[in-house]
Amino acid sequence: MFWQATHRRYPEYRVGARDMLTAAAGIAAWGLMTGVAMVTAGLSQLEAILMTFIVFAGSAQLTAVPMIAAGAPLWVIVVAAFCVNLRFVVFSAHLQPYLAHLPRWQRVVTGYVTGDLSYVFFARRYPRPGRDDDERARQHAYLMGNCALNYLSWMGASVLGILLSHVIPIEWGLGFAGILALVGLTCSLATSPLRVVAAGVSGTAAVVAWALPLKLNVLVAIVCAVAMCLLLEHTPLRRHEQGGHA
Amino acid sequence: MLEMHWHTLLTIVALGVVTVVTRSFFLFSDRPWKLPHWAQRGLQYAPIAALAAVIVPEVVTTQGVLVDTWRDARLFAAAAGAAWFFWQRGVLGTIVVGMAVYLPLRLGLGW
Repeated sequence: MFWQATHRRYPEYRVGARDMLTAAAGIAAWGLMTGVAMVTAGLSQLEAILMTFIVFAGSAQLTAVPMIAAGAPLWVIVVAAFCVNLRFVVFSAHLQPYLAHLPRWQRVVTGYVTGDLSYVFFARRYPRPGRDDDERARQHAYLMGNCALNYLSWMGASVLGILLSHVIPIEWGLGFAGILALVGLTCSLATSPLRVVAAGVSGTAAVVAWALPLKLNVLVAIVCAVAMCLLLEHTPLRRHEQGGHA
Repeated sequence: MLEMHWHTLLTIVALGVVTVVTRSFFLFSDRPWKLPHWAQRGLQYAPIAALAAVIVPEVVTTQGVLVDTWRDARLFAAAAGAAWFFWQRGVLGTIVVGMAVYLPLRLGLGW
């Protein structure tokens, strides 16, 4: 896992942690508000802490907590969380070639600790899987360094939020710092015309499809944006894409 | 504060399983396989699309309804953060500048 010495001896481990450091303030603010929200919505502090450490998926937690409080059936809560998490299925398809050389338990643990931001940082830094063992190990080290800092800032802030839930006023909207971290990251990914198109199509589709249940609008938006860009690759916009056909 | 319902605990464990299954969905199989070429190309658009799908509704809608006023702190904060990023290229600065615009507008003017 991400504290293994095998990862830490590569300089990429620290580079990954340093990259995440730039977004850690946003992650922490977001974790803090998630912690507050879980207790405010009706979980006990013990339950909220267990949820933080076991589930480790902010948007699924925020979806599930009101349903738990309302006494929804277990299977409904599980289906809802699965739908909210469907974007991770897309991410895992992307990560698969980067991790295929590892034993299964390492692949699965790596997948489990890789949240949205770590995936995005990783995909931004490494457009292609490593060609030899050394390169693949370095890529993995980068991902683990990045995940380690994400884990620490998310967990630390969540626990703080759970413990201080009665002191922190939720109406200040400190959670917006998390959105701002995502804004910065989105801008950093806007490196080609087609990627800008992807962001525009996806953002618009997510608003139009907002009424869909279980946050399925996010998945619909990703599919629309990817399909649109694959079509546009047959137009002159394509010339600006990095690398062309791999 | 420390109470614990067995049903809630069961739900939490089930949600942990959901996290593992979704995050590692294509990582379980040992058999070597490759995504079709079009899917590999398409996936390079997935990260930015996923981020935009999460952010845009959070900035321009309230409970799914488009904001109908420009007096909304989120619009200015997101714009200021993005402008900072394209000027200075730092995510931390984006957060700081965005919140420096957001908090006064929200707490001071009630936007």
